[in-house]
Amino acid sequence: MFRFAAARIAMAIPTLLIVAVSVFVLIRLIPGDPAQLLLGDLATPASLADLRARLGLDRSVPAQFGIWFARVLQGDLGTSINSGQDVLSLVAERFLISGRIVLAAVVLAALVAVPAGMIAAWKQNRAPDLLLVGSATLLVSIPTFWLGLLLLLLFGLKLGWLPVVGYVSLAEDWRAGLLYLVLPVLTLFLHEIGVLMRMARASTLEVLRLDYITHARAKGLSERAVLMRHAFKNAFGPTWTLIGLVLGNLLGGIAVVETVFTIPGLGRLLVDAIFARDYPVIQGCLLFVAAVYVAVNLVIDLCYPIFDPRVAVE
Amino acid sequence: MKFRKQRIPLNALVGILIVGAVALAAVLSQFWTPHDPLRINFGSRLRLPGGSYLLGTDEFGRDELSRLMAGASTSVWISLLTVSFSIVAGSIVGVLTGFLRGWTDRIVMAFNNALLAFPGLLLALGLLAVVGANQYGIILALGLAYTPAVTRIVRGTVLSLREKEFIESSRVLGNSELYTMFRHVLPNCTAPLTVLATSMFGWVILAESALSFLGLGVPPPAPTWGNMLSSARPFMAQASHLSILPGLCIALTLLGINLLGDAVRDWLDPRMKGVQ
Amino acid sequence: MTTTPLVSVEGLTLAVGAGGREIVRQVSFDIAPGEMVGIVGESGSGKTQAARAIMGLTPPPLVRTAGRILFEGEDLAQARPQRLRELRGLRVGMVFQEPMTSLNPSMTIGRQLGEALALHRRELPPDARRALILDMLARVGIRDPQAALGAWPHEFSGGMRQRMMLASVMLLQPALLIADEPTTALDAVVQRDVLELMVGLTREHRTAVLMISHDLPMVARFTQRVVVMRHGEVKEVGNTDDLLARPQHPYTRELLEAMPRRLPARPVAQEAPVVEVRNLVVDYPGHRRLFAKAQAKRALHGIDLVVRPREVVAVVGGSGSGKTTLGRAIAGLLRPSSGEILFRGRPIARSDPQWFDYRLQCQMVFQDPYASLDPRMTIGQLVGEGLRLLRNMSAADKARRVQEVLDEVGLGSDFAPRHAHELSGGQRQRVAIARAVVRRPGFVIADEPVSALDVTVRAQVLALFAELQKRHGFSCLFISHDLGVVEQVADRVIVMQDGRVVEQGSRDAVFDHPQQDYTRKLLSAIPALESTDSGGVRLRWRFGAAVAA
Repeated sequence: MFRFAAARIAMAIPTLLIVAVSVFVLIRLIPGDPAQLLLGDLATPASLADLRARLGLDRSVPAQFGIWFARVLQGDLGTSINSGQDVLSLVAERFLISGRIVLAAVVLAALVAVPAGMIAAWKQNRAPDLLLVGSATLLVSIPTFWLGLLLLLLFGLKLGWLPVVGYVSLAEDWRAGLLYLVLPVLTLFLHEIGVLMRMARASTLEVLRLDYITHARAKGLSERAVLMRHAFKNAFGPTWTLIGLVLGNLLGGIAVVETVFTIPGLGRLLVDAIFARDYPVIQGCLLFVAAVYVAVNLVIDLCYPIFDPRVAVE
Repeated sequence: MKFRKQRIPLNALVGILIVGAVALAAVLSQFWTPHDPLRINFGSRLRLPGGSYLLGTDEFGRDELSRLMAGASTSVWISLLTVSFSIVAGSIVGVLTGFLRGWTDRIVMAFNNALLAFPGLLLALGLLAVVGANQYGIILALGLAYTPAVTRIVRGTVLSLREKEFIESSRVLGNSELYTMFRHVLPNCTAPLTVLATSMFGWVILAESALSFLGLGVPPPAPTWGNMLSSARPFMAQASHLSILPGLCIALTLLGINLLGDAVRDWLDPRMKGVQ
Repeated sequence: MTTTPLVSVEGLTLAVGAGGREIVRQVSFDIAPGEMVGIVGESGSGKTQAARAIMGLTPPPLVRTAGRILFEGEDLAQARPQRLRELRGLRVGMVFQEPMTSLNPSMTIGRQLGEALALHRRELPPDARRALILDMLARVGIRDPQAALGAWPHEFSGGMRQRMMLASVMLLQPALLIADEPTTALDAVVQRDVLELMVGLTREHRTAVLMISHDLPMVARFTQRVVVMRHGEVKEVGNTDDLLARPQHPYTRELLEAMPRRLPARPVAQEAPVVEVRNLVVDYPGHRRLFAKAQAKRALHGIDLVVRPREVVAVVGGSGSGKTTLGRAIAGLLRPSSGEILFRGRPIARSDPQWFDYRLQCQMVFQDPYASLDPRMTIGQLVGEGLRLLRNMSAADKARRVQEVLDEVGLGSDFAPRHAHELSGGQRQRVAIARAVVRRPGFVIADEPVSALDVTVRAQVLALFAELQKRHGFSCLFISHDLGVVEQVADRVIVMQDGRVVEQGSRDAVFDHPQQDYTRKLLSAIPALESTDSGGVRLRWRFGAAVAA
C-alpha cells in the first residue's frame, strides 16, 4: 500500500512540472515584451528595466523558466496590475469563497445522488428508475448559468425570498452571508445530482451483474443487505473518481455562476483579469487551480483502495 | 453497418427530433429569418412575445426569434468545427501513441495528463487570453482544450484492442504494423469515437455558450445564445422572456444531444464488446 | 429403497416473460438425501437456470411459468421470499464457477465467510463463529487460517478461492449443495483436488450435491445419478454407470461419442524436421516500478523440440507452464532471449529474408473464436486477408481459393458476406482454421483451438482439423491443457511445467507408460474410454482410485 501511495505521489510531480511549463509558455506566447505585459499601465522605464533584470530576460528561455519557477515555488506569483495586491493572497482569498460553494454543492449532491443512483439501479426499468433517470438527464442538460438565472428569477425577483445582487462574506455576518450562498450552491447542487446519479446508477448496474451478488443472495441475505453491504462499496469507486473530476470541473467553470450571482470568486477573478489583461493574475489563477486539481485527484486516487483493494496491488 | 429492423428506442427518436430541429433552424437562418436579427428598432424595444415579433424583442428592438435562429447557426457551426478538430487531432495522437508505445507514448501521455490537469473551461480560458476572443479563437481554444480527453480515450481503446487476438492474427499473417494499425485497429475505434463525438457536441455547445455568457465568446452584435442571456440580465424584471428563451434553447439542444448520445451508446455497446 | 427425496423438481418451466421463449421446459428430477446428482449439458441447455430455480434465484426477466420444486416436502415455487431467504445458505448452499468474481473483492475473507453464519446461526456468539471458521479454513487446506481472516480475496489463487467458497457454504452444513461448474475455470490438477475436497466435505456432513457441468467424464466420476439436458429439456435421467454403458437417448449417445478417444497410432515419417527449436529461452521483462525494478521472469528455460513433416506434436501443461509462450515464440509473436528456431533446416531471424517465407509457411489458430476475428470484416475478407501478401496470385485465383477453403471447412460460400458476430462459436473457429490454411502452409500452430467450444462442436472441429491435416499434409503444434483432446489428435506429446519440458515421447508411450509424477498426475484427471456393446462407454481412471460411488 505504501508503494502504491508513493508511486501515485511521484507521478503527480512531473504533471505539476509540465503544468508549470505550460503556463509559462502560454504567457510567453502573448506577443509583446513580457515585462511590459506584466507591469501594464504602471510601467515606468525604471520599473521595466528592473523587472527585465529580475525575470532574466537577457538570459536563455530555459533559464528564464528556472528563475520564474523558483519564484513560484516560494509563493511569489507577482503582483496584480489592477489591484496592486499580491497575486497569491488574492487568488487564495477568492479560492476560499469559490471553494466553499463548490464543496458544499458537491458533497450535498453526492449524498443525494449516490443513494438515488443505487435505488434506480435496483429497480431497473421500473417506475422509480425511469423517473430518476429522466430527471437526471433533464438536470444534466440544463446549463448552470441559465438554471441560476431561473432560480434568481423565481426566488429573488418573483418571490423575494433571497437577495438578488451583492455578496456578504460569512466572516462578517454569517446569517446574511448564508442567504447569499443558498442560490449558487443550489444551482450547482441540482446540476451535479444529475451527473453523479447517472454514474452511480451505471456502476451499480455493473456490480449487480456479478457473481458475488448472486452469491450473497444465495446466503439468504435480503435485497437491502445485498445492496448496502456488497454492492455499495464496490460500485462507489467510479463515482468517487467522478467526484474528483466534478470538483475540478466546477472550479474551472464556476465563473458563470459567480457572474450570475455576483459573487467575488476565483472564476470571476480570472475572467476579469482576462478582460483587463492582468497577466500576473491570469497566470496565478491557472497555476493555482491546476495545482489544486492535481492535489484533489491525488487524494481521490489514494482513497480508492478503500473501495477496491485490488488497485493497491497493481 | 447493416440497419437492423427493430424499433428505434424512444430516447433516440426524441433526440433526433430535437437535434434535427436545431440543425434545421441553423441552416434555415442562413437564408431566411422572420426579421433581420441585427436590425435595431428602438421603437419596439422589449416587446413581450406575440404579434409580429413571435417571441418578443430585446433591448434594441431586435426580433428574438430571428436572433435565436441565428444563434443556433453559430452554435452548430462552432461545435462542428471544434469537435472535428479535437476528434481528428486526438485520434491521430491516440492511435499512434497507443499502438507504438515506448518512449514516445510516455512523453506524449505525460503532456496529455498535464493538459488534463487544467479542469474544464480553465484551459480554454487561458488559451483565449492568448489568442483573443473571436470565432476562430474559440474554435482553437476549445478544440485544443478537448483534444487531451479524446487522446486519452482513443489511446485507451487502442491499448485494449492491441491485446486482442485478432490483432495478433494480423501479425501472424505477416502484415506490417502500419497495415495492422490502419486496417484493424482504427476501424474498431469508430464505435467509441462515435459515442465520444456525440457527447462532445454537447460539451462544446455548453462551453461556447458559457464563454459567450462571460463575454469571451463571439463578439456582438452577432447573436449567440450565451451572449443573449448575458445581455438580458439587466432586464430580468420587465422582460423575463429574454432570460428564459435563449437558455431554453441551450437546454433543449443539450437534452437532444444527451438522449441521442445515450441511444447511440446503447446501440453500439453490444457491438463494442464483440457480441453476444 | 424408497426414501422421500430431498429435492423433487416436477415439470419446471422457465420462460422469458409470461408468454415468451421457454429456456427450461418440463424439467423433472429427484435428489435423494446425501446423494450426488449431476446435470450435464452444453451451452444453452438450461442446466444453470434449472438449478438456480431451486434456490429461487431465477433472474428477471425469466419467470417460472409451470412446475413445482419440492424441498423436504415444501413447494419452494410457492414460498414467500422471506421463507426462501431462511432456507438459502442454511439448508441450500451454492458454489459458483468463477472464483475471480464470486467473492466480493472489497470484503475480507473473514467477514464474507462469517456472513451466512451470523445471519442464520444468531445464537452462536462471535467467538464460537470465529472458531468454526478457522476450523473450516484449516479443513479445506488453507495454510494460515488466522492470517486468511483479514486477507482480501485477490491475494489468493483461483483454487484457494474455490476452497474458501466451499468452506463458506459448508460452514452451515446445508442439506443440499448446488455446485455450478465449480472447477471449470481451474487447472486440471487443481480441479481434481478441489472436487475431491468437495466430495469429502459433503460426505462428512451428509450433504446432497447437485453438480452442474458440461464435463461429462468429471460428472461421471463423482456422481451416482446423471440428468442429461439439451435445449431446456431433460433428455435422459439415470444411474451414472448405467447411463454411460447403455445410453437410451440419441443425444446421450452423441455426447458419449463426442468424448475424445484414442485412435490408432500413425506412422511418423523419419524425415528432416520441418521446425526445430534449440535451447529456446524467453524472458518476460520485469514490471517497471518506480522504486524497485522487479526481476525479469523467465518463462521458458531452454526448450528443445522437433516437429517432423505431417506430424502433430502436442504440448500439454497447466497455466503458467509456458506452453502458450512457446507457441507464440515459434510463431514469431515474441522475441526469444536466446536459442534458435529453425525452419526447414535454416535458422530464422527477424532480419532474414527467410523470415517472410517463414511467415507465409507458418500459421496460427487461436483459442478464442470471439476475439480472433476482426468484428468489422466479412468472412470473405477475413479469409482472403491471408492471401494478401502472395504476389504471384491473380485476384481471380485468390477469390477461387477463398471459395475452396470455405467449402473445405464446411462453410459454404454464402458465408462470405457475413460478419463474425452472426456465427456460432464452432463456425467462427472454422473460419479461423480456414484463414490459417488458405495459404496452404507447411506448419500450423494451434493454441487451445477447441477449449472454448461445446463438447459436440469440439468433436466436429477436431474431425475437420484432422481431415485437413491429412489432405494437405501440414505439420502441427497443438497446444492444449486438455489431455483427453490430446489423446485423440497427437502423434507425439510434450509435457511442460514451469517453463521446462518435463517429459516427451510418442503418444502411446506417454499415455501408457508415463515416466514423471507430474505426467501421471495430469493423466489421472482424464479417463480411458472403453466402448460397451450397447453403444455406451465405460470409464477407467488411471493412477489413483476412482472415487467410490
